[in-house]
Amino acid sequence: TIRFILIQNRAGKTRLAKWYMQFDDDEKQKLIEEVHAVVTVRDAKHTNFVEFRNFKIIYRRYAGLYFCICVDVTDNNLAYLEGIHNFVEVLNEYFHNVCELDLVFNFYKVYTVVDEMFLAGEIRETSQTKVLKQLLMLQSLE
Amino acid sequence: MALKIVKGSIDRMFDKNLQDLVRGIRNHKEDEAKYISTCIDEIKQELKQDNIAVKANAVCKLTYLQMLGYDVSWAAFNIVEVMSSSKFTYKRIGYLAASQCFHEGTDVIMLTTNQIRKDLSSPNQYDTGVALTGLSCFVTPDLARDLANDIMTLMSHTKPYIRKKAVLIMYKVFLKYPESLRPAFPRLKEKLEDPDPGVQSAAVNVICELARRNPKNYLSLAPLFFKLMTSSTNNWVLIKIIKLFGALTPLEPRLGKKLIEPLTNLIHSTSAMSLLYECVNTVIAVLISLSSGMPNHSASIQLCVQKLRILIEDSDQNLKYLGLLAMSKILKTHPKSVQSHKDLILQCLDDKDESIRLRALDLLYGMVSKKNLMEIVKKLMLHVDKAEGTTYRDELQHTCNTKLCNCSTLILLRYISILVELTRLEGTRHGHLIASQMLDVAIRVKAIRAFAVAQMAMLLDNAHLLTGNMQRNGICEVLYAAAWICGEFSEHLEDPNQTLEAMLRPKVATLPGHIQAVYVQNAAKLFATVLRKHEGATDSQAAQETSQLLVERLPLFVQSANLEVQERASCILQLVKYIQKLQQKDVEVAEEVSALFAGELNPVAPKAQKKVPVPEGLDLDAWINEPPSESESEDEKPKAVFAKEETKHSRPRHTEVDEKELARRREARKQEQANNPFYIKSSPSSQKVYQDAPGVEHIPVVQIDLSVPLKVPGMPMSDQYLKLEEERRQKEKAEKKKKEKKKKREKHGKGKKHDSGPESEEDITPAHHVDIVTEEMPENALPSDDDDKDPNDPHKVYDIQGNLQDGSQVVVSVIFENKSDSFLKSMEFNVLDSLNSKLQRPEGAGPHDGLVVPFQLPPGVSNEARFIFSVQSIVMPQKLKGTLTFIVKSEDSSTHEKLDFKLHFTCTSYLITTPCYSDAYAKLLESGDLKSSSLRLEGVNMPFHHLLARICFHHHFSVVERIDSCASMYSRSIQGHHVCLLVKTADQTVSIDAKCDEPSLLGNVLDEIKQTFSQC
Repeated sequence: TIRFILIQNRAGKTRLAKWYMQFDDDEKQKLIEEVHAVVTVRDAKHTNFVEFRNFKIIYRRYAGLYFCICVDVTDNNLAYLEGIHNFVEVLNEYFHNVCELDLVFNFYKVYTVVDEMFLAGEIRETSQTKVLKQLLMLQSLE
Repeated sequence: MALKIVKGSIDRMFDKNLQDLVRGIRNHKEDEAKYISTCIDEIKQELKQDNIAVKANAVCKLTYLQMLGYDVSWAAFNIVEVMSSSKFTYKRIGYLAASQCFHEGTDVIMLTTNQIRKDLSSPNQYDTGVALTGLSCFVTPDLARDLANDIMTLMSHTKPYIRKKAVLIMYKVFLKYPESLRPAFPRLKEKLEDPDPGVQSAAVNVICELARRNPKNYLSLAPLFFKLMTSSTNNWVLIKIIKLFGALTPLEPRLGKKLIEPLTNLIHSTSAMSLLYECVNTVIAVLISLSSGMPNHSASIQLCVQKLRILIEDSDQNLKYLGLLAMSKILKTHPKSVQSHKDLILQCLDDKDESIRLRALDLLYGMVSKKNLMEIVKKLMLHVDKAEGTTYRDELQHTCNTKLCNCSTLILLRYISILVELTRLEGTRHGHLIASQMLDVAIRVKAIRAFAVAQMAMLLDNAHLLTGNMQRNGICEVLYAAAWICGEFSEHLEDPNQTLEAMLRPKVATLPGHIQAVYVQNAAKLFATVLRKHEGATDSQAAQETSQLLVERLPLFVQSANLEVQERASCILQLVKYIQKLQQKDVEVAEEVSALFAGELNPVAPKAQKKVPVPEGLDLDAWINEPPSESESEDEKPKAVFAKEETKHSRPRHTEVDEKELARRREARKQEQANNPFYIKSSPSSQKVYQDAPGVEHIPVVQIDLSVPLKVPGMPMSDQYLKLEEERRQKEKAEKKKKEKKKKREKHGKGKKHDSGPESEEDITPAHHVDIVTEEMPENALPSDDDDKDPNDPHKVYDIQGNLQDGSQVVVSVIFENKSDSFLKSMEFNVLDSLNSKLQRPEGAGPHDGLVVPFQLPPGVSNEARFIFSVQSIVMPQKLKGTLTFIVKSEDSSTHEKLDFKLHFTCTSYLITTPCYSDAYAKLLESGDLKSSSLRLEGVNMPFHHLLARICFHHHFSVVERIDSCASMYSRSIQGHHVCLLVKTADQTVSIDAKCDEPSLLGNVLDEIKQTFSQC
């Protein structure tokens, strides 16, 4: 299962933090910093997986943003790597060529996207069309 | 009113919206903290307004700030307000904020139950959806208990969108509130065949997660999953199912055989790497779990290895890494198939990613054989020089050290030089390992001794190069080996004088004691060699110089603080002085001195002892002394209590005994362990004991359960302990203790009573009492919770299978005191059961019936009544709501009154003060079955013994051992969990390291301890 999802930029600013496990606030900040430290030192030659505490982090870099998913060690690395890509494709479609500023100014919408695709630490929906349709419905309710 | 609204909307125009906030933060990069604190002030103002739109906007901004790491917990109540807005836009903002900010400690969560329930049953599916999503993040055990039914209903909602969410959230509910699993499971199973594939996959997800925790209970679902696997085309679902099978096959080998074919088909056909990888992994797991004998095994293994080779050869680093990872699993059972890919793996040592190099090294470690040794060693030696990254280098050395020996002399020569080279590298942790390998090789192989001695002498001579960072790294251990080898095999030394001099340098005194001791002893051996050499050449001058050297240098060691060094040094010093005297008289002493160290040390085979015949008349089975009655841990070495000790270098020599004796001892030990309440068995065996318990086989096997909260390792033990307890109870001593304890409790309860001041009947405002222990109680009742496990409980077997009728019983004694002036009668005590804790009612009574309190209360009188609760899980504190109804009888009228109260079952109240001996305590900590946690308390201003007394009194601990400002404490829960504390204090700071076999229980107990001290 997914323990948390983080989107950070290269400077370590959090762009999204979704927790599927209970941590207190200090612990969350510590985790955010640790993940940043672990992930940003790696370059393209490295694998997209890092062992992290008792878990592992599957991450992918898009431009200046790191999309990190922390999962159990027994989980399938490649599946979650594809999961990240799927998520980014949905964001891209939803925001029409997504960029970092989109995520910053619409941070609550990004949470909505996350909630449509992941729930309670599981991948909930993988079909991009279904997710986008649902997102548009939700937007129309605003 | 109208003006207010207008004013509100004008104000709004000046409010910052989220965009403004984000922009503002970006424009205040230099003084971000200051800017944000003004923003927070503004938000506080906005939250004070009545306009919900303003509030929602404020909460939205707070959520953003929370993400950036600012504390917004103070706004929890406002978040609840926004959550309960009827407008979806605001509701959503509220739920988002709640899901980001709330956690189990947030107390306002209690207020949300009804709102959430309302939203869950809303006709608008999006309200329901948003509530479900939010709930998945902040669900607490209380919420889970209260809402389990509502969510379960939603699993059959008409909209698949909701069904899917509800199914996934049930998993969180199960985790928080395991009792809900049993009633919900049939419906969950049903969802595996839901018409909507999304719902289906959600159900697969949940069941896979449950099965991962406790696979045994889900075996019966295998056929269903098998059908899904062959029919589903969704790769995500397939991966989950295949992973599930991976967990099931070790339990049911027949399943494995059936799986091989469909899995190999998938491996051939799929284009998705993630699926391919999962299949390969599971095939490997299946093949490992199957005992050999299936003809097409090798074909499957070959297929896996082939596919993995493709992964490793891929330019994608991820695939390379995973390929190596999977390869190492195959290596364990089929090393031959992997060995043929040595070239590929050696290539990976050059990879730029350290994690890939580590994986490759791991594989090489397992692949080494006589044939390929040299090649691999050569390659590795190249790497040692250029290796970067400390983990990698340590790993590399470890591989060299442990694996690459046991071969021919030629290789060993090389090996010694490798070892010597390894010592030159800084920053290794393996000094000790290298030392023992050096000793091993030098002792075993005569042919290489000369070479080894020369190398070691060189090492001793250059010891100063090593000593720079020796203390830190333990590389000095190597000198231990070097000194010993040079001394023992000194006949091979070219220049013993120089080595002797090297061993007596003043700098040696900075080495650890045990190494100095070896230095001194071996200096004496060298001295003997030198003497013999010189006497042979009749060079008495040189021999006397050597004696002089020793006489001058040894006093340095005589002063050593280390006893061993001191003793050896002074002994040898006297010897040398004596020899010196003899030398001055021209007496030949060399022969006699050498005789001191005559005889060669030979390696002893581990089985050697077995070959020694038992002398006639010696009965190994007979007791030498009467068997000690309580020999709990005499044969155990005492160990550091909370710190893990590194294993020291002593090589235990096992004394071999015959089979019969072994069996007998094993039996005795089992017996002893069974009777020892402090011995925690490893969980598999405890489970076994459990299954053997009579009566369990009769339970119908529909095993669905969450293993985590129900599996209580050591549980069967505590039952047996109870039996013992009963026997022991006959002894007076125990009896007394028991009484004392009870008295204390009662006193405790009465003490509280004084807190609640007398109130007149008119003032009764019931229904708002949060906690009976800490809150004031009005007039006539004072329930105080008290508990005691009933030792005569006939249900001794705690059912891991989930047969939950047999829980633990808790007796709560409630003292009712009538503080009014009226007569109270017909009291009825009732508690709203939770699934975890139930009030035991007489047979035939409904689950909501109250219990009649068996007495009446005249004014000013108090009396005690006892109520029995059955409790399932004791790892969480609980609050039960209850009501007391009674009739107030005054002279002319009688009225029916009601009093609400809450029973607070703290985790502490499940602990029983249990004495524990320090050796049993140490054994318990050593067992490694306990999870640890810790707590720091600042500013505790009380004497240490008060502090301990407080913990003992309030939290039912007993002190095991106390040394200065440090004490170890023990307590045991009614379900047999062991709780150990190590309490230390230093200027007003108290640190508590704690261990327990149930982490959540421990966490809660620690929280309660913390609270006790925050109140003083």
